[in-house]
Amino acid sequence: MSNNYIDIIRSGINTTFQDKGRDHLYHIGIPFSGAMDNRNFLIANKLVDNNLDAAVIEFAYQGPLVKYSGEKINIAITGDVIFSIKKKDTEIKGQCYQSYQIENGDEINIISTNKSVYGYLAIGGELDLKFQWNSCSINTKANIGSNNGKKLDVGQRINIKKINSNKDIKKTNYINTKIENIRVIKGTNFDYFSEEGKKIFYEKEFKVSKLSDRMGMRLEGLKINNIVNTNIKSEGLIKGVIQVPADGNPIIMLSDHGTIGGYPKIGVVASVDYDRLVQMSPGSKIKFKEINLSDAETLFKLYEMETQNLLSQI
Amino acid sequence: MIKNISNLGDAAVYCDFGNEVNKTINSKVIKYFKTIKKNNIEGINNLTPSYNKLIISFDLNKTSFKQVKNYIENIDLEDSQNINSKKLEIPVCCDENFSMDIKRLEEILKLSREKILEKFLNKEYFCYMTGFIAGMPFLGDLDENMRAQRLETPRVKVPKGSVAITEQFANIYTFESPGGWNILGNTPLSVFDSSKEDKPNLINPGDTIIFKEITIDQYKNFNE
Repeated sequence: MSNNYIDIIRSGINTTFQDKGRDHLYHIGIPFSGAMDNRNFLIANKLVDNNLDAAVIEFAYQGPLVKYSGEKINIAITGDVIFSIKKKDTEIKGQCYQSYQIENGDEINIISTNKSVYGYLAIGGELDLKFQWNSCSINTKANIGSNNGKKLDVGQRINIKKINSNKDIKKTNYINTKIENIRVIKGTNFDYFSEEGKKIFYEKEFKVSKLSDRMGMRLEGLKINNIVNTNIKSEGLIKGVIQVPADGNPIIMLSDHGTIGGYPKIGVVASVDYDRLVQMSPGSKIKFKEINLSDAETLFKLYEMETQNLLSQI
Repeated sequence: MIKNISNLGDAAVYCDFGNEVNKTINSKVIKYFKTIKKNNIEGINNLTPSYNKLIISFDLNKTSFKQVKNYIENIDLEDSQNINSKKLEIPVCCDENFSMDIKRLEEILKLSREKILEKFLNKEYFCYMTGFIAGMPFLGDLDENMRAQRLETPRVKVPKGSVAITEQFANIYTFESPGGWNILGNTPLSVFDSSKEDKPNLINPGDTIIFKEITIDQYKNFNE
């Protein structure tokens, strides 16, 4: 029994534990999972002096309301999130990208993400969670990971095994930037599509549909016509692959995607834009911009350097 | 052996072994898969073998398309004798409660229920790949007269353990999941077990499996 724990009073609509995810399992049908927005996941951990790969609570849209019991502990929330911290006599409006010290009886009320999808709550200590294949990440589709692979639910208790000794308050001025264009690399079936379809893909706007989750993001727009075959022999997928099924609307594979698929691949989102892509909420407009492999590699390196800089300044 | 190597995005290598689906090509894919897996190359974080493709995903912080491609082009393949594949029998109950699409298949294939089962059961099928959902095996090839298209409207929920067919393939639904394959029966056997971290899949690419019919009573008593 732990003396330090968090009780979930309201679960939010898609609240899970996530860490860096699990690799080397595609061949048996298990995707990476892990935090959708990797940069915000890392910053959250850094703000509370955790190991950078520690498990955090990921939420989407409406977040959880949790009550803390135990010794003083630091917490931090990242993303674009509206939340408050309720103490004995006061309620503080929360700011993302800074740590807060909370104490016995305090409540964290994560009201919602703002014009974005995912937010992260990091707790300064070690959560008592089950690891499966070196990760606590919850994959609700295959019921893998901590919490029996299920979303967090009302009435649950999360035990904290160890509290970090460093309780300095940390802060960073990071602002989530929005981007208009999502950069993509041509897919292996690009030539399956008509000249007009290819033009639509690169020149027209697509709208993020409500049917989007940790597995995939569905887009709506002008139909992208296939002139070869609307099915391919099933083959592997990776996150960021943009498939176009017979209805002509693109679907982008996200972190919990099925590992095999049979729709033609028109493009793949460049790794540099993945964190920002997943934060585009239903109704947002997306425009794709083609880049080549070497530019994609360079841009990713710059993005990673920026992430490392941000982390080193915390 | 590999017809073409290209990049799939900036963090994966796409190895194309051709367009046909057959055991010979798939065995080549599996040979590459097993060799690369064993060599445990720094930066490679996932391998997805399928009928005639192999996708190698890597961590862009640790390696690059160029490096992985170079490695693949100069690989020393393992001798096929080192590939340990097994033969398995899968019990399947084709009681009418389980064989949800048998009537549809009788119409499409113009075969009686008995003929369909006779053509399906007690034959060796090769496991080409596993995936889509955790542990799901893609098995083939079905008899020429047994090939039916997917349902026009996929089921929202296919029961766990369902044994189903489409085109030249059979599969087993390891979880309750949406799906459009034609369901012939159900196996009480656990085909995916996440508590066995080193061997969660009962059936792996390269294995041979045979479906053996069991009665509803044998099905009910199976896990007791």
